Amino acid sequence: MTAPRILYCHCAYAKVVPEETKQEVLGRLSASGLPFEAVTDLCEMAARKDPALERLADGGPTKIAACFPRAVKWLFFGAGFPISDDGVEVLNMREAPADEIVSGLLGEVEV
Amino acid sequence: MSAHRLDGTRIRVVLHDGDADTSQRLETLTALLEDGHSVTCAAAPPDPSDDVVLARFDESTATIRARVEQKIGRVDPEPSPFWKPWFPVIDYDRCTNCMQCLTFCLFDVYGVKEEKIDVQNESNCKTDCPACSRVCPEAAIMFPKYKKGPINGDVVRPEDVQSEAMKVDISTLLGGDLYAALRTRSDEARKRFSTERDESKALLERKRCLKKLKKQLDIPDEVLMTLPSAGDIEERARRAREKAKRRGERSQSVKDKKPTTEDDWGI
Repeated sequence: MTAPRILYCHCAYAKVVPEETKQEVLGRLSASGLPFEAVTDLCEMAARKDPALERLADGGPTKIAACFPRAVKWLFFGAGFPISDDGVEVLNMREAPADEIVSGLLGEVEV
Repeated sequence: MSAHRLDGTRIRVVLHDGDADTSQRLETLTALLEDGHSVTCAAAPPDPSDDVVLARFDESTATIRARVEQKIGRVDPEPSPFWKPWFPVIDYDRCTNCMQCLTFCLFDVYGVKEEKIDVQNESNCKTDCPACSRVCPEAAIMFPKYKKGPINGDVVRPEDVQSEAMKVDISTLLGGDLYAALRTRSDEARKRFSTERDESKALLERKRCLKKLKKQLDIPDEVLMTLPSAGDIEERARRAREKAKRRGERSQSVKDKKPTTEDDWGI
């Protein structure tokens, strides 16, 4: 079975995601050696209807570390690149601690 | 540093290989993301392409930045003005297409696409103003960078949907029985509306409401100062209705023209 892709949103244009959560998640993701995508700010990309969102939305099973799942789903939709309801899991860095996010992203393969 | 080329296209940095320790990896990643670049961490370098800059994890951030600047084609002479990406995001599972947001928003953020409400001018939205989400009777409008739920995208609870209470607040804010005025748009009603009001009392009432609403609804001064008058709202509602009517007529006209017999098809 193919491992889900990982997408990390840095939410750089607002301070709504705790800085320590972002740093912890990003640090452990990069240390894992697994391939992943990181973007500066999904909201900003959605506002520009950035064509790069198509590549991110169209990749099969995906785990997204960002904010509230409802917001992420409709951000992609509003930009014209809806994500599938199946196989996409959104992990909310605004509310969950870094440990929970990282284990959700990396599962058993965490290093 | 600006994250895009002069033509507006963006580049992506692909980081691969290299023996960098965890802290160096994190520093490089954070720097590139703060610069506004998308980053792919890959096990192996992809094929080169026009929108990709390849770099190794063990290269210094300065070296990678220089390569990015070279790819972008300029050293940013005039940094782009900072724009906090603040705009409404519609939850179409909840939206009933009532168009209240379109009617309420003064800044033409909303439009209609294929007969559905649509966010069309994101950058017109007033930063930190969630006012349209508060007039939405279904709590279908989100601002993902807002601090509180459900506007930030958190789950909508039954108590979050308080459309009638909100209508009363907005009506008071505008200094009169706005929704009644919208329902009875006859000349007589307009005349009564204008003559029965005590202007100084209305102004005081409006100021009091503005202060209260600013606190309750978290609406910035800039937006409160430019809120529409009852007349403005009425005019916008009229334009929206006309637009919808024209659209309906066009749609009907297309249906009427649709061939129904073989003769109609020219067979």
